[in-house]
Amino acid sequence: MDFPKIKSEAVADWERFRNNQKTHILVGTATCGRAAGAIDVLDTLMQKIEQRGIDAEIAQVGCMGHCYAEPLVIISKPGSPAIIYGYVTTGMASVLVDNCLLKDDPCLEFALGALEENELIPTIYDMPRFEYENRLILRNCGDIDPQNINHYIVNGGYAALESIFKMTQEDVIDQIKKSGLRGRGGGGFSTGQKWEITKNAGGKSTYVICNADEGDPGAFMDRAVLESDPHSVIEGMIIAAYAVGAAQGYVYVRAEYPLAVETVQHAIDQAKDMGFLGQSIMGSKFNFEIEVFRGSGAFVCGEETALIASIEGKRGMPHNRPPYPATEGLFGMPTVVNNVKTFATVPLIIENGADWFSAIGTESSKGTAVFALAGKVVNTGLVEVPMGTTLRNVINDVGGGVPHHKKFKAVQIGGPSGGCLPESALDLPVDFDSLKEAGAIFGSGGMVVLDEDNCMVEAARYFLDFTQKESCGKCTMCRLGTKHMLDMLQEIVNGNGKMEYLELLTDLAEDIEEGSLCALGKTAPNPVLTTLRYFHDEYEAHIIEKRCPALQCKNLIAYYILPDKCERSCDACVGVCTAEAIFSGKKRIKVVDQDKCVKCDTCVAACPPEYNAIIRMSPASSVPETEKRPEKAKK
Amino acid sequence: MAQKKVKLTIDGQKVEAKPGDMILWAALDSDIFIPNLCAIKEKEHPQTGCRLCFVEIEGRDKPVTACSEPVAEGMVVTTDSERIDRIRHTAFELLMSNHNVDCANCSKNKSCALQDISAKLKFKLKSKRLPSIVRMLPIDDSHPLFTYDPNKCVLCGKCVWACEKMGAGELQFAFRGIDTVISTLGGVPLVDSECKGCLDCVSVCPVGALVPHKT
Repeated sequence: MDFPKIKSEAVADWERFRNNQKTHILVGTATCGRAAGAIDVLDTLMQKIEQRGIDAEIAQVGCMGHCYAEPLVIISKPGSPAIIYGYVTTGMASVLVDNCLLKDDPCLEFALGALEENELIPTIYDMPRFEYENRLILRNCGDIDPQNINHYIVNGGYAALESIFKMTQEDVIDQIKKSGLRGRGGGGFSTGQKWEITKNAGGKSTYVICNADEGDPGAFMDRAVLESDPHSVIEGMIIAAYAVGAAQGYVYVRAEYPLAVETVQHAIDQAKDMGFLGQSIMGSKFNFEIEVFRGSGAFVCGEETALIASIEGKRGMPHNRPPYPATEGLFGMPTVVNNVKTFATVPLIIENGADWFSAIGTESSKGTAVFALAGKVVNTGLVEVPMGTTLRNVINDVGGGVPHHKKFKAVQIGGPSGGCLPESALDLPVDFDSLKEAGAIFGSGGMVVLDEDNCMVEAARYFLDFTQKESCGKCTMCRLGTKHMLDMLQEIVNGNGKMEYLELLTDLAEDIEEGSLCALGKTAPNPVLTTLRYFHDEYEAHIIEKRCPALQCKNLIAYYILPDKCERSCDACVGVCTAEAIFSGKKRIKVVDQDKCVKCDTCVAACPPEYNAIIRMSPASSVPETEKRPEKAKK
Repeated sequence: MAQKKVKLTIDGQKVEAKPGDMILWAALDSDIFIPNLCAIKEKEHPQTGCRLCFVEIEGRDKPVTACSEPVAEGMVVTTDSERIDRIRHTAFELLMSNHNVDCANCSKNKSCALQDISAKLKFKLKSKRLPSIVRMLPIDDSHPLFTYDPNKCVLCGKCVWACEKMGAGELQFAFRGIDTVISTLGGVPLVDSECKGCLDCVSVCPVGALVPHKT
């Protein structure tokens, strides 16, 4: 089938779906939506619509980026603007059907905003975040049905692929090189250069691998792209394959992403049916197949040489580079390994030209950056901003800042291999080089915000515990060095730290950075080095004063009930304390028996906010003397 | 036609090596000591796991592992500098902190690679700054011919290579992080594995982890 015909059929399909004569409803059912109950909402909407006999089209779309407000539903009715509703429950879904669809009440009380200009309510584009956002990689996410290839085609999909057959392999590589695109997986190596090296390596066969083994705690960018717009990645892979002359490609995706696995497989099948994959693609002489390979949950397999070993059926352990995969990769053949977001960017560059792309971003880092905002931030979710946007803009303006009037403390960028940057670093522009200078890394795009309640020593310990557990064990530095560092951090949070640990931590960190075999080891000390650099006072407080400034480290805190705040006749804390550590003292004021308290924090949550009588204190020894539990009278 | 040899300088000494040879072997062949535990000359891809064989090459920013860096014409290599000594000393201390140092009762005493490195580089066998983290895992002495003591193992991977090479492939790395060990398939005792008793693994083990039974 020729492309114009495919396109006109896609347009017809899209118009059926989005015509103005009919109500259509979109439900975001990517993993983020499902976790919040989107499938129940979808079921309720479908049932209700059938019961009420309403003529409406329901479709499932991917992640819209506003993960904080999931489940999300978009309703557009003929004659009224499309409105996006957030935090939708099954109850709200019923109300929406009855009031919004059946009657003419747009239920503005549930609305986040409209999607088009109107006189009723502001659009979501009036939100401050849209001043900074520029959705290129996420261009279709949440707008199209990821199961329907026509939706991708209508929005410009596969047009880039069609156009490359008029170009030579060198032309394609030149375009990518000229665009300044750098790998979105974290390394930031020039994509065009990588392709050129691969093409010129001259192996018997060449491979293209999409690295979707996203394993950083708090990161979900790649998952969202695969679940919401899989064809953008597939098209990018096909273009890469054409450029380097590959016949076989793999999408290496974590088995823990079942929906992404299913969506990508479905998309591959569709692309094959349409002639975008398989033999003589779009009538050319070019053949290319893609296979989905499920990774079995080893973080280190995100490292490209370990990933390749894993596909080869070996234990996922990195090997020394060089040789780089570009010259000697899968089965010893030249291999392009790029991240999901890199591939998703490629069709845009081919379509709009290298100059268009290189006009976005900074001198050294072109294009946009996708971040998964998580942690103590109002608008958790996906964010895409041009490179060079400051961290402050991303966290405060796009992310809405820290919730509950708490104070911002740090932002952890780049996953467990990244660093924790303080308030003073917030004016840094987000790009590959400035983050590195500050001690963090760009990483694949995880961004975890920490507030005043987060202990930075504990944060460093948490991330190091992760890398130690995920170390493949091959090299001495990473396997044993991170273990010694972890042990010291554990001692510090337990209140048994010594000041000389700080020097030893730094020394070991430097040696692990310099001496480790792969990037996992080389970057593992980053959370420790950055917290030592920016939050040294917290380490000292733990070691010298046995005090946790964030009141988080269990061994260094104690619970205390303020006698003048305790309501006395309320027994909420006594009731919830499973350790039976709280008793009624004189005048029925509640008292914590420190010997019995297990510091589970349940009493703080149970104490009604109007009393707020239970506080945490650190060091534990700072708790005032309290009365002792009366001995039980013997019968 | 004989291949033309590559000429390079290691620690001021003129050395010749076959093209494609790694610096480590060129140095060792010329009696220049570079500490190493995991390197095997015949192995196609160097293990690069022990992190002991760092050298500096003139014109390069960072030290490299000698086992994975091929020689080049005119290359100037230094095997002993403050920077190198710091990394390899740390690597050695790390290994020793997880090694059950019991030389007097070890059958590898006086033929152990760790003792050799310690003597040549004047590194102490017991680290002053790092505590011992040996977990005292059970020793597998089920096999009639040899014993595996994981508490002495440095995870160099030589036994894995040897076992694979002779076609058995019984030994592999298992688990992650500090829990990484050399294991049989499914962790069965050696006697219950498909081990043919060739003892290739024992002969390549640089330390006292795989040793023949005392007779």
